[in-house]
Amino acid sequence: MEATKKMTTSTNQTIDWKLFFNKYATPVLLVILISFNVVFTPNFANINTMWNILIQMTTILLTALGMTLVIASGGIDISVGSVMAISSIISAKSLGLGVLPAILVGLLVAAVCGLFIGLIIAKFKIQPIIVTLPMMIGIRGIAQVTNDSQLLNFDSPAYSFIGTYKFAGNIPVQVLIMIIAVAVVYFISNKMAFGRYVQAMGDNYRASRLTGINTFLVIIGIYVISSALAGFAGIIETARLSAADANAIGKLMELDAIAAVAVGGTPMTGGRPNVIGTVFGVLIIQIITVAVNMNNIPYTYSLVVKAIVIILALWARRNK
Amino acid sequence: MNIVELAVRKVKAFDFKKFFKDEGALITFIILFLFATFKYEQFFTVLNFKNVLRQVSMLGFVAIGMTFVILIGGIDLSVGSTLAVAGVVAAKVCSYGVAVSIIIPILIGIVFGLINGILVTKLKIVPFIATLATMLAIRGIAYIATGELSVGANSASESFIQLGRGFVFGIPIPAILFILAIIVAILISKKTRFGRHVYAVGGNEDASRMMGLKVDAIKMAVYALSGALSAFAGVILASRLGAGQPVAGDGWELTAIAATVIGGTLIVGGVGKFSGTFFGVLIIGLIQNMFNMQGNLNVWWQNILMGAILLGVVVAQSQTGKVSKA
Amino acid sequence: MDERILLHMKSISKSFPGVKALKGVDLEVKKGEVHALMGENGAGKSTLIKVLTGVHIEDEGEIYFEDKQIFTNTTLQAQKCGISTIYQELDLIPELSICENIFLGREIMKKGIIDWKATQKRAKEILDDMGIDVEVTSILSSQSTAIQQMVSIARAISINARLVVMDEPTSSLDDKEVRVLFEVIKKLKAQNISVIFISHRLDEIFEICDAITILKDGERVGYSLIKDITKLELVSKMIGKDASQIISRKKSYNKDKMSNENIIVTKNIVRDPKVKGIDIEVKKGEVLGLAGLLGSGRTELARLIFGADLPQGGELYINGKKEKFNLPKDAIKKGMGFCPEDRKIEGIIPNMSVKENITLAILPRLTKMGIVSRKEQEKIVNKFIQALKIKTPHMNQAVKNLSGGNQQKVILARWMCMNPELLILDEPTRGIDVGAKKEILDLIEQLASDNISVLMISSEIEELMHACDRIAVIRDGKKVGELYAEEIGEEAIMNSIAEGHQSFA
Repeated sequence: MEATKKMTTSTNQTIDWKLFFNKYATPVLLVILISFNVVFTPNFANINTMWNILIQMTTILLTALGMTLVIASGGIDISVGSVMAISSIISAKSLGLGVLPAILVGLLVAAVCGLFIGLIIAKFKIQPIIVTLPMMIGIRGIAQVTNDSQLLNFDSPAYSFIGTYKFAGNIPVQVLIMIIAVAVVYFISNKMAFGRYVQAMGDNYRASRLTGINTFLVIIGIYVISSALAGFAGIIETARLSAADANAIGKLMELDAIAAVAVGGTPMTGGRPNVIGTVFGVLIIQIITVAVNMNNIPYTYSLVVKAIVIILALWARRNK
Repeated sequence: MNIVELAVRKVKAFDFKKFFKDEGALITFIILFLFATFKYEQFFTVLNFKNVLRQVSMLGFVAIGMTFVILIGGIDLSVGSTLAVAGVVAAKVCSYGVAVSIIIPILIGIVFGLINGILVTKLKIVPFIATLATMLAIRGIAYIATGELSVGANSASESFIQLGRGFVFGIPIPAILFILAIIVAILISKKTRFGRHVYAVGGNEDASRMMGLKVDAIKMAVYALSGALSAFAGVILASRLGAGQPVAGDGWELTAIAATVIGGTLIVGGVGKFSGTFFGVLIIGLIQNMFNMQGNLNVWWQNILMGAILLGVVVAQSQTGKVSKA
Repeated sequence: MDERILLHMKSISKSFPGVKALKGVDLEVKKGEVHALMGENGAGKSTLIKVLTGVHIEDEGEIYFEDKQIFTNTTLQAQKCGISTIYQELDLIPELSICENIFLGREIMKKGIIDWKATQKRAKEILDDMGIDVEVTSILSSQSTAIQQMVSIARAISINARLVVMDEPTSSLDDKEVRVLFEVIKKLKAQNISVIFISHRLDEIFEICDAITILKDGERVGYSLIKDITKLELVSKMIGKDASQIISRKKSYNKDKMSNENIIVTKNIVRDPKVKGIDIEVKKGEVLGLAGLLGSGRTELARLIFGADLPQGGELYINGKKEKFNLPKDAIKKGMGFCPEDRKIEGIIPNMSVKENITLAILPRLTKMGIVSRKEQEKIVNKFIQALKIKTPHMNQAVKNLSGGNQQKVILARWMCMNPELLILDEPTRGIDVGAKKEILDLIEQLASDNISVLMISSEIEELMHACDRIAVIRDGKKVGELYAEEIGEEAIMNSIAEGHQSFA
């Protein structure tokens, strides 16, 4: 009896360490990263740097939030960057209809893309990566054709508002947008039946089906949300730049988003969506980019660092 | 001999449906070819053929590697980045002679491939994510090594330049090399132990392990091969452009996957053939060529069409019941 | 037949977390003998085979092969010793040719390339010897399961196997194909190759096997030459009374209580190859047992009723109305619930909490505007954790950390909270310790007294006798008997399973 007791406590301790590492690897990494930069990067500990990081991470965060749901369900969506582009250019083109309609049209186009992707995945039961690959190529193509691949400048203070406005002259509007988006996706994941279904399907698809979950509708819902969030990211980026460039906007965004989700601790094979983890993941990815930039190290080093961070994060969690 | 005969399904002498399914890429190619011949005057000319062949041959090398990787049930997103690094290195070392400027980049490609292989087999990271990470990292290396500038191959020997630009019997050298490579790949895939084991691993990994195949070693070799072929494509591109560009090969991973899948290789692995990849590459070259000649159509339609074709092929494949996920 | 021993497995023990799968099991196979290995689900036969073939490593015990001690720590080592396995799920490469599958990994080479001509010739020779005439260059997946199995056996012969393990080789073959397989087995015997034959079809065992080892609950409960044992003896050894847990016969059949209202009626329901036309009715408030050996079609029938698989023919009536077979979600809307045979694969959502697992099916009723009401959710979960005595530290514990019995209770709770009209329970006590078994059986009784109908599948006869008002016996995809409560007796059930008598229906 005594021996058993002892054994359980000791195993508990080791498990606790492992658990600690699994659970808090991302925040710990973030803290290390910030401390390192505060010491070594000139001007890093500066309020303007913070605002910059926050403004720049908005697009990644929005797409990564959608990607969190997609990956939690056991899927992946590499078309998000292209959806950003199509939403951006079509929204900018529809400015003639008024600012609000233009935003809504952009969102609608993105949602339709998601609907199409979800339908194909759910109907034909094809691996999501294989479906979203051609979508990534094709949707980007449509975006480019829309304005003959030309940069589309516009002058619309009301539209640009959602990308440039600053509360109290300092706090960028993006902060509010991000807080709302995180709250909404967190709410969906943790408080709504839909979030449960996403997780259940990613964890055990067959059991989910036998429990009566309407897997067809849930899959479509996931990809509509993911695409709509990506579209929204595209619109904000467009507003910030007062220009839509279908060639550039959202390029490689899918990679940053997937990396952020992976680093954030949502299991790549499906399972519990870790929304807060994704926020940390995005911060890590963005701080790497900014810090490399501020130290006058060419941007390209950040690619290597990001790659290492992704591999390390997955490696640390591989035995979970 | 038997008291009862088992129902054995005989192979029909000629099964039209099967032929259509197996040779879809060839048939599509012929249709596109005929269409282009009647539609565009400049199409059916020796000069145009030479150009198309030269254009597609570099993609061709990458696609051969990609076909191997997809056949074992993996994917390699790092090919474009490897191509860029190889091109840059080739340009930097071209003064040491043509052999050096081919071998060193290929060795580097093999190292990158082996890293992919280790990530996939030893660290057990899914191929998509593993090669996504190395794609970023290797592209970063290409930029870092060059300061994001193109590296001129000014001191290149004549033979190095000929590699990308020359002709033998009026046929562009890259095209000859590509066709040779396809023939070798077909032979490997049909006649060698390694080639057959690639199919076995992609067809049923667990069963392959049970049958005593060295699954991890085969995977490593395949990723290394993909790295080597991408590197070689990079060398030829550098030779043709007379420079190694760190941005080269951007997005080629997608085009190579498209060529492979259009060529009939199942994206889940185990089924496919290199003659299909050959026509898959030609189809992509043909589409690009037709868009160039169309002129009045924006070139971006090409991507839309490519996406649509790829989606159609994948959906069609799913109807055979082999691409399903659950 | 040779009297010398080929394989001797000596007091093999193997434990998995929480389960002792094998408790000192012996197995002796003579040279050139076809040896049947029998036992119900969880009896330990697949664990024993996996120890032999190197998939699992034994905790204790020794394996002797041709009088030498061998260590089969990997499947490859076992193969090198001369032990080959023909699995149920064929372990071949479907998209490669037949001859290639036979020689994969040991290709016949000539000058560094594969000599296809020689490969084809050798493959043809082996298959000819077996009496199988098939084009060796055809793709494996284009051939029938029977042919694929023959290829598997040919592969075993080609690597000079001395012992071939066949794990339910006949389960997906038709009668004709079984004849051919038996011919091949006879040829193996003639070459002094031994076969371990696993099957649940008694007729086959008695036709082809020479000796039999029977396992139950991880122990060897019988060894005999086939000629010295009767079918009834065999069945009673496999599923007979376990002295350690005698559960008394439940209430007597109460005709007054039983309504004549049928909840579910199936008519001639068919899904090849396991279900060959079954009629069944489930009455309101009754517990209907489905008896039969593993692979008899009982699980497949349950899945068809729940819409987990689609039937190829037949009719289904729910509450007297003809219904189409659809998805599980439609069956759930009609008031059904289903606890599947394999909890891990089809039941639990492993990383979700007890709370989330219990409420997964009932969520639509707990949500307003898609938002889950936390209070109601916890009310339900608390109620069922108490009612079913689910042992969990708290409701937010991940369900994968619970014991098998408690996982099963979680799944039962998932359906019970829906107030279902019919619960389908497939092996509800499988892999669960004795105490929890009793609790689950009591629960089933409770359900029936709450006027919920239960369709229960079990391999344990006492369990069926304890719980059921009526038992339908399924054999080879057909209903071969039906027993009312007053007729339910161990012998009657076993007779029906063994012989398919219909006299007492």
